[in-house]
Amino acid sequence: MHLDHSDPYTDAYLDPHSHGAGAVRPDGSRRALRIGLGGPVGSGKTATVAALCRALRDQLSIAVVTNDIYTREDAAFLLRNAVLPAERIQAVETGACPHTAIRDDISANLEAVEDLEDSVGPLDLILVESGGDNLTATFSKGLVDAQIFVIDVAGGDDIPRKGGPGVTTSDLLVINKTDLAPYVGSDLGRMASDAKEQRGELPVLFTSLTGPDGVAPVAEWVRARFAAWTA
Amino acid sequence: MSVHATARITAAPDGRGGTALPVLESDGPLALRRTRAAAAVPGTGTGLPARVTVVGAMSAPLGGDRLALEAVVRDGAALTVDAAAAMIALPGHRTGDGPADHAGYDMRLTVGESGVLHWLPEQLISVTGSDLRTHTRVELSPTARLVLREELILGRHGEAPGTVTSRLTVHRAGRPLLDQQLALGPGASGGWDGGAVIGGHRAVGQLLLVRPEFEEKPVAPRLLGDTAVLTPLAGPGALVTALAPDARALRRVLDDALAELYR
Amino acid sequence: MSRAALLVLADGRFPAGGHAHSGGAEAAVRAGRLTDARDLAAFCRGRLHTTGLTSAAFAAAAVLGVDPLALDEAADARTPSPALRATARKLGRQMMRAARATWPGPGLDALAAARPRGAHQPIVLGLAARSAGLGPEDAAHCVLYETVSGPATAAVRLLSLDPFDATGVLARLAPDIDKTARHAVATAHRAVRKGPGALPAASAPLLDITAEAHAAWAVRLFAS
Repeated sequence: MHLDHSDPYTDAYLDPHSHGAGAVRPDGSRRALRIGLGGPVGSGKTATVAALCRALRDQLSIAVVTNDIYTREDAAFLLRNAVLPAERIQAVETGACPHTAIRDDISANLEAVEDLEDSVGPLDLILVESGGDNLTATFSKGLVDAQIFVIDVAGGDDIPRKGGPGVTTSDLLVINKTDLAPYVGSDLGRMASDAKEQRGELPVLFTSLTGPDGVAPVAEWVRARFAAWTA
Repeated sequence: MSVHATARITAAPDGRGGTALPVLESDGPLALRRTRAAAAVPGTGTGLPARVTVVGAMSAPLGGDRLALEAVVRDGAALTVDAAAAMIALPGHRTGDGPADHAGYDMRLTVGESGVLHWLPEQLISVTGSDLRTHTRVELSPTARLVLREELILGRHGEAPGTVTSRLTVHRAGRPLLDQQLALGPGASGGWDGGAVIGGHRAVGQLLLVRPEFEEKPVAPRLLGDTAVLTPLAGPGALVTALAPDARALRRVLDDALAELYR
Repeated sequence: MSRAALLVLADGRFPAGGHAHSGGAEAAVRAGRLTDARDLAAFCRGRLHTTGLTSAAFAAAAVLGVDPLALDEAADARTPSPALRATARKLGRQMMRAARATWPGPGLDALAAARPRGAHQPIVLGLAARSAGLGPEDAAHCVLYETVSGPATAAVRLLSLDPFDATGVLARLAPDIDKTARHAVATAHRAVRKGPGALPAASAPLLDITAEAHAAWAVRLFAS
């Protein structure tokens, strides 16, 4: 069998609205921009999400979806730190396989983002945080519009050189914890040039969230994505 | 020689604030006695319930028997049915070379508007070689109240169990409220004693409460120890599902739950 | 019927959320009732003949055109655990999304509109199978395989069980799965004439009890 325009399923294959990736909600309004944050365990994804919420919550209507390995730990962190009201944070359970929930079977995450839009919307921005995983974990385009990959200098300054889908193809690479570089012997210059080698023109930002307004460059990048989304 | 018997109870308001028993028919091994009711059911306005005790069914059913017990609680009446002793399912006689026929025991319970039924039989004990199939069907009016207890004990003390299949089907206002079937013992499908079904326990029980108020205020789900749980049904019912090593431990869990739900 | 469509629907990678659920295996592991391949076999067999049979019959009945809303109500009555009702509806909603994107059809659309928060998953699966041109036996097989493959996959992750042993358990359940599917379909045909009351109500007390405990855990790997 071949697929041609007489195949009733062809349109369904090509119609992203049929499963949630389209830019318009069922009522015709524009849905929120969805940005995924992935990266290895301990690189500072949750801290980055918290800092982004603080930096952007006065200008944008934000919600967060977390994908924990052990359920609800990250959501609990965000709640404890009161970066958003509880009803704007949803935890997705991932069955010991966080990359599956953001890449191979995104149904639970799509349900979570749609529920958030229904319950606290209209929303401008939904941050979808992946559970800490390995360097190959990336988000499906059916789930997010852009993805940030967060690594840190303490995880080894050879990570950018090693590449992998997250480092190579993410829309933004964040290299976090630059304040630790002197203590762990990481060479920031080498990390920057390795990243450039792997990513070409795709942007790389260095952050230290311990400093005042340390997340500012990432927040700036998100604002630009949002401006493009609403243009 | 197998027995076919149907015993019947009808409870109706006696016109003086209590409940009369216009029908009380024993049949075969199912001997029914009117006994003294303990107390009115609080909050129902039905007065002292009529109480019927099943006294004769201890040695039945045998394989091949078909027993039935029908109870009708008319609008505004209150009935409590209990038993003098546990019911013991026994093996039947083999006819020719074939396996012994199973025994059947069906209960049909109907409760009218504002009626109250407390169905509190003793345990059903499944002994080695027996094969009993029981089905309890309950039809409740929208304002009816029900307390129903069901306990299955697999084997007398230290004995291998027989086979028992027990289904409980409850409709309220014509719609399904609860439908559960347990099939246990050597004649049941595999895995019945594994970690998904009863996991080596020998006493299995349910306690069901149906009250119109649960529609607005369902009970909160709660664990009652490691192997028992209280759950709200999708309709106005609360169910305790419990497993225990033996009959006594099971009864303790169900009694405690009943006392608490009646507080 | 298309055998290939059956493979698509039965594939564990079909994106309908199943990967995050252990089918009660995580709670059984914690309680010490599931420690090795032998326990897994008993666990899966028990699940197959209880919740598996009931769910498979509902899926088959949905394929045969029994009113899905009546089935949904009857499924609620067969699911006394609110945690398991929530899981069934959550998975039903995820299955609905995947099915409508894969095999769109009016039956799925109508149920999605009537139960926007999700219908019981086997009913949605039945309608998906129907939309894919599959029959009641196919839907029953899908449900039954998922009933046992979910805990088997979870046991591999939770116990570091040898995956060959776990797959061996599934392979040895095949005759039981076939037999149970036939039984489920036979009752589904009865339900066409007599309504959902004719469907099985086989239940598993430990799955009901431990589902409530599991739902209250603060830290767990699986959603159910």
